[in-house]
Amino acid sequence: MQAVAVILAFVLLAVVLFVISGPLRARRAGDAQEQTHPSFEQAELEAAREAKYREIRDAELDLRTGKLSRADYESIDGTLRAEALKILDRLRALAGAETPETNGD
Amino acid sequence: MNPARKRTVRLVVALSAAVVLASALIYTSFSAASPALSPTQLVRQAQPGRSYQLTGTVVHGSVRHVGNTLDFRVADRAGGTTIPVAYTGTVPDPFREGREVIVTVDKQHGQFVGERDSLITKCPSKYKSAPAGEKQNY
Amino acid sequence: MPVLGRICLLLALVICVYGIGASLYGARSGRVEFSDSGRRAVYALAIVLTAAFAVLEVAFLRNDFAFNTVADTSSRTTPTFYRAAAVWSSQEGSLLLWAWLLSLWSSLALFLVRKRMRDIAAYATAILLGFGAFFIALMIFYATPFATRSPAPVEGVGLDPLLRFPTMMIHPPMLYSGYTLCTIPLAFAMGALIARRVDADWIRATRRFAFAAWLFLGVGILLGARWSYAELGWGGYWGWDAVENASLMPWLTGTAFLHSLMVQEKRGMLKVWNVSLVLATGTLAIMGTFLVRSGVLNSIHAFGGATLGVPFVTLIGVLIAGSIYLVVSRREMLRSEHRLDSLLSRESIFLANNVVLVALCFVIFWGTYFPLISEALTGNEASVGPPWFDRYTVPLALVLVLLSGIGPVIAWRRATLANARRNFVAPLLSALVALVALLAAGVSHKPFALAMFCCAAFVLGAVGQEFVRGTLARRAIAGEAPPVALLALVRRNRRRYGGYIVHIGIAVLFVGVAASSSFQHAVEQRLSPGSSSRVGAYTLRYVRPTATVTPKNDAAHTGSTLSLGAVVDVSKHGHHVATLRPSEGFYDSGEPAQGTVGHLIGGQAVSHISMSAGPTRDVWTAIAPDISAPALARIVTIGNRTLPADEAVVALGFLARAYLKNPPPAQFHFIVSPLVMWIWLGGLIVFGGGLIAIWPAPSAVRRRVAMRSRARSAHGLARA
Repeated sequence: MQAVAVILAFVLLAVVLFVISGPLRARRAGDAQEQTHPSFEQAELEAAREAKYREIRDAELDLRTGKLSRADYESIDGTLRAEALKILDRLRALAGAETPETNGD
Repeated sequence: MNPARKRTVRLVVALSAAVVLASALIYTSFSAASPALSPTQLVRQAQPGRSYQLTGTVVHGSVRHVGNTLDFRVADRAGGTTIPVAYTGTVPDPFREGREVIVTVDKQHGQFVGERDSLITKCPSKYKSAPAGEKQNY
Repeated sequence: MPVLGRICLLLALVICVYGIGASLYGARSGRVEFSDSGRRAVYALAIVLTAAFAVLEVAFLRNDFAFNTVADTSSRTTPTFYRAAAVWSSQEGSLLLWAWLLSLWSSLALFLVRKRMRDIAAYATAILLGFGAFFIALMIFYATPFATRSPAPVEGVGLDPLLRFPTMMIHPPMLYSGYTLCTIPLAFAMGALIARRVDADWIRATRRFAFAAWLFLGVGILLGARWSYAELGWGGYWGWDAVENASLMPWLTGTAFLHSLMVQEKRGMLKVWNVSLVLATGTLAIMGTFLVRSGVLNSIHAFGGATLGVPFVTLIGVLIAGSIYLVVSRREMLRSEHRLDSLLSRESIFLANNVVLVALCFVIFWGTYFPLISEALTGNEASVGPPWFDRYTVPLALVLVLLSGIGPVIAWRRATLANARRNFVAPLLSALVALVALLAAGVSHKPFALAMFCCAAFVLGAVGQEFVRGTLARRAIAGEAPPVALLALVRRNRRRYGGYIVHIGIAVLFVGVAASSSFQHAVEQRLSPGSSSRVGAYTLRYVRPTATVTPKNDAAHTGSTLSLGAVVDVSKHGHHVATLRPSEGFYDSGEPAQGTVGHLIGGQAVSHISMSAGPTRDVWTAIAPDISAPALARIVTIGNRTLPADEAVVALGFLARAYLKNPPPAQFHFIVSPLVMWIWLGGLIVFGGGLIAIWPAPSAVRRRVAMRSRARSAHGLARA
């Protein structure tokens, strides 16, 4: 029983070391993973963009379910779209030559 | 009033309301609370009309059912003074002689009457709980 | 095998320490491979703790009484299911369960964000591993699950009979999942504050974790309430018990957070408020975990030794101090970007909702910790009871339900006053109709219940109107048939309509609570066979006694020795409604001093209630048979004198026969509660709605929607 326990302990230790050292070994092997991941600002802007789209859709639903008058809706919608465009512009600038449309979601 | 001033006013009003309500809450908690006392303390301090949380051990041989009432005596944890209690209401499953209990009592006509459904029994073992038929939660 | 368990714990601690170091180093130096290694340390921790948990679980299943905790909480006669669950019935086992669940949920959360939020995630990893290290250290130094004694006892003490209910076994894992899930948003919030990035990306990630915590915690709380009501001999589902309150508080702040997060997302406001809520939720969850096992509020539960109190108080102190420091030092970055456009907006209703929820939390916090507070301030330990809690929570609950009906009717940003006025007609009408109907039915003497019913009607009117209008709007665009339109509406606006469903569930739940607390009929009476009690509109008659010698007939695996009960006939206006069989199970006390027969029934007694549940009411019965009646006591005395230990079981048959032949009057507790089922139903609706709200829209839908929005944005540019 003790022997089984000790063997299992060693197996566990080996698994743990393997799992934890993975990224460190990969790095030494020259794997450059991070470049493909979006930068903080890009992630930030993409999240803000999603949220802004949702706001635009919410405003439209508010109009259709009778919570907003047409005039109020137009005003809010205009503001939201302007804010959305600002975010899109910043995303475009960030991505350089590539346009946001081709980047996909 | 300009918007900033309006906002400040709103904030002040809201905060004041919160302070008033909190004070009311705090004040009533002190006056509505029942102090936890052992039999020795209860004998000395009990005043009629106020309720107290009596904590102690159920004395061996003192438990009797009289009609719908459960009569038992509560002793100090370390022994000594015992107090008779007449209790009506739910008796929790773990209730047994020798176990620690907490019961809310009033002094009525010189007698200690247990408040309905206020009996709580503690279980002797260390991690197992003994709620008064109340929820057990980890 | 205990050695393996101990090695696992040590290894786990080492992994935690390494992970903290690697994550922090990776975060500060920007060396991604170290942050990644830190994240993988969490995965490794999960693997090691799974192994440790497996060791303990196997020990229980194999009845390895060398383990102290197995010997203390299990026995050969404990059924397999309860043996498996007994793992977490002890202090040590439950600490292991907590740490294990923490490692699993943390692994999942970090895996889901592995490609984003590198810096925040690294700090969050360190914090989560810090929690892990705390609990593991507790296990290593204070309460180890792998302590052994030798020689190993032949038989264990067995599981406390009060815990031998299936619901009771699922409840701790659910609740612990809720508690551990609360620490994840806390870790990410602290990480975000440290990394100075509390924005849209953080919101997106945190929302999911906060919702998972809210869901599991809520289910755990409801399960506990249901267990208390359906299994315990008390007949209630909520007693404002310290431990119940401890689990409710983080749920309340979590609910507030899920709402105010939307305000931050839309307006860039309430940043300080939001991080404070998240930090409070996590801290309250830790406090809840601590409350239950420190024996500090000794008027309710006697858990654990005082030894665990000091480490926990230290941890809580560190959490609070750390939170305050982070929020204060980052306050520049947490400034609001905008203000409220208008008081008549959904954002402002959400603010009101937050205020009410936090007020509720404060009330409950004050009442729960009052014994400590009063002792600190006055030197006397005093406690407040349910009436005090009810006095403050009932009005707050009314306002909460009302707000949950107002919110759906108001637009985001800036509602049009004329439209809002119009939109309130239907909900107000519903409330009015309900009021009139209830008054006509004679429900006037319970004002709070009446108010709650009207508020609930208001909510149903408001939300119903939203669904109708939305479906009509969809039909106008897409021309679909109503059921299809409704489904499409919900699918394309999950957050909104899922949220509306949650509000319906809350209204239903509170209707159940109001009805069952205000209109309950309860009777406690001593009855002899043949006599009956009048409980509300029902007549409950004690038909005849029942007695079972359980070792032969233990279908429910209760493990009791003797079970005495009754057959109760329930009728209403002369018509038979149900037959109920409440009973009380007696257990072996294991104390030879009580005599060979005496000890067989001298242990703890557990009430098995019998209930007829229905959509309009529950009829609940419990019995406390008199086992010390003279006829039975005589048998016990004779048996003690004449029967040796191994033959004493025979006396149980005599006791059963004697009880059936000449049953002494038994104490009955009858309760008829209206609409209790609506509480559970309401809970199901709440969680169903929550799941709909959080369910990610299929990416195809998202892309289509996003593209159309973008096209229209371009249009907007042209217009601007």
